[in-house]
Amino acid sequence: MPSVLAAPAGLSSARKGAGLFPRRALPPWLLLVPAFVSLGSVSVYPIVNGLWLSLTNTSLVTQEHDFVGLANYALLWDDPTFWNAWRHTLIFTLVSTLAETLIGLAMALLLYEPFSGRAVVRAAMLVPWAMPTVVTSKMFGWLFDGQHGLVNYLLLQVGLIDANVNWYGSVDNALGTIIFADVWKTTPFMALLLLAGLHTIPASLVEAARMDGGKAFAIFWYVRLPLLLPTLLIAGLFRALDAFRVFDLVYVLTGGGPADSTETLSTLSYKIFFSTLQFGYGSAISTAMFVTEAIIAVGFGLFVMRQMRRAG
Amino acid sequence: MNDDRPLVQSLVLYLGGSLILLWSGGPFLWQLSTSFQLDRELTADTPRFLPSPATLEHYRNIFVEKQFQDYVVNSLIVASLTTLVCLLIGALAAFALSRLDIKNRFGVLGLVLSISMFPQIALVGPLYLVASEFGLLDTFTGLVITYVALGLPLVTWVLFGYFETLPREIDEAARMDGVSTLGLLFRIILPMSLPSLVTTGLLAFIAAWNEFMFALAFTSTIEHQTIPVGIANFTNLYYVPWGDIAAASVVVTVPLILLVLVFQRHIIEGLTQGGVKE
Repeated sequence: MPSVLAAPAGLSSARKGAGLFPRRALPPWLLLVPAFVSLGSVSVYPIVNGLWLSLTNTSLVTQEHDFVGLANYALLWDDPTFWNAWRHTLIFTLVSTLAETLIGLAMALLLYEPFSGRAVVRAAMLVPWAMPTVVTSKMFGWLFDGQHGLVNYLLLQVGLIDANVNWYGSVDNALGTIIFADVWKTTPFMALLLLAGLHTIPASLVEAARMDGGKAFAIFWYVRLPLLLPTLLIAGLFRALDAFRVFDLVYVLTGGGPADSTETLSTLSYKIFFSTLQFGYGSAISTAMFVTEAIIAVGFGLFVMRQMRRAG
Repeated sequence: MNDDRPLVQSLVLYLGGSLILLWSGGPFLWQLSTSFQLDRELTADTPRFLPSPATLEHYRNIFVEKQFQDYVVNSLIVASLTTLVCLLIGALAAFALSRLDIKNRFGVLGLVLSISMFPQIALVGPLYLVASEFGLLDTFTGLVITYVALGLPLVTWVLFGYFETLPREIDEAARMDGVSTLGLLFRIILPMSLPSLVTTGLLAFIAAWNEFMFALAFTSTIEHQTIPVGIANFTNLYYVPWGDIAAASVVVTVPLILLVLVFQRHIIEGLTQGGVKE
């Protein structure tokens, strides 16, 4: 529960019915209408319509638009390209979320300590977040370029590799390179979120633990981490849901290649929509994605609630 | 606290801080340097960190040959319109939820927030069909309508949080003076919320400025394509023009970085407001 929700509850209940403004004033819900129209038409309707489309053989090529029941989902189940993309998406989500959370936590702990120049570092951390993802992709495309990329040059200089590596042009390294680019872009932002969480932990608690002779790591493990856990889990969940939809990075850097080794669910459904124009089948894939995401979110939510209850 | 820190600890702090700085700024600095280097320097065996000789060739390429300024203008139009509409609709909703008698307001707020969790790829197909139905493909209107809805949950949420911090006595006083409900919002609350409006506006602007997938799907000509689509299409038949891409990246990112640096405190507060417990 965010701080803003801790509004004085007494106030709102005191206002119930009485209403601060006379009855003849415009009804309050009228002010919500524009927002609801916007969200309803651009977010809710397409989801519902997508569900319907996924049960049809809609295609802009054949101009068909007939109800076919679950035929698309049956196709999906037997479609190796779908499971291939599904697997990459899960790997990408797991690895990048874990890496971003752990490295972000380390950054946050470091930035919590005062040192001169801290403000500069904190400001610089917003750069990867603010940069358009398309630019990030192109930037990493140049950094990791197989022939003239800076990364190969630097690694050769330090002797970590003995020949140029083909990073995102080879089946073995492409997904790893994309994960790396995502970690670069999102970790600093994650760190800032966790830093805000660290600042809400009462300093007196950490101080008391120190008085009792707690070592730095023990204080972290037994005092700060448990108190930070809710923030950590919520930030991690939001990040995972976001990572699950990865599109820009993959589409621009590899286009899903080489040999489909970086195809994710978003890029695959995009291609089915706009290259083959099979809106029925494309909707089935994106609906399957939506369902997977909902399951992750709900499952994770329940898990967090149980943990929090256990923690009291 | 600072002075009695052991030397080792100080070293670790400064080393870590430098590493984070390098991590965050390094790649972009390399783009910056790349954008001023000649192609033959970029393909040399030993890369140079500083351009010598410096050249503006890549900037000339993108503005003279690739009409990059068209994309910039398109992006400015779309992102500015999105920001204005988003702030207006979001402010109305946040004000109603914060100040007026809405039943189950946290339920409504939760609903609005949960909508922002939908995977956008699930929207793009059906929306494309709707847009073509209404003739909104390859128009600014189509993009703005889409981006407003994408930005609304966050804008409403952050503004709501800010309105909640304003004392209720203001409403009382306004009512005594016979100010109408909308008058209270537009004449009193909004002018008081300027810092929050700037922050949320900036967040909405950046989101619209950076969005790629819908722009790619909905626009098809340089008249309406936004910067990310333009940059994504920057390839030649035979080679990748890394220098031109770097120049375009700099043009797009430097204004953003300046905005972010000026408003960094507000941005961090606005973004972290939701996920943190007091």
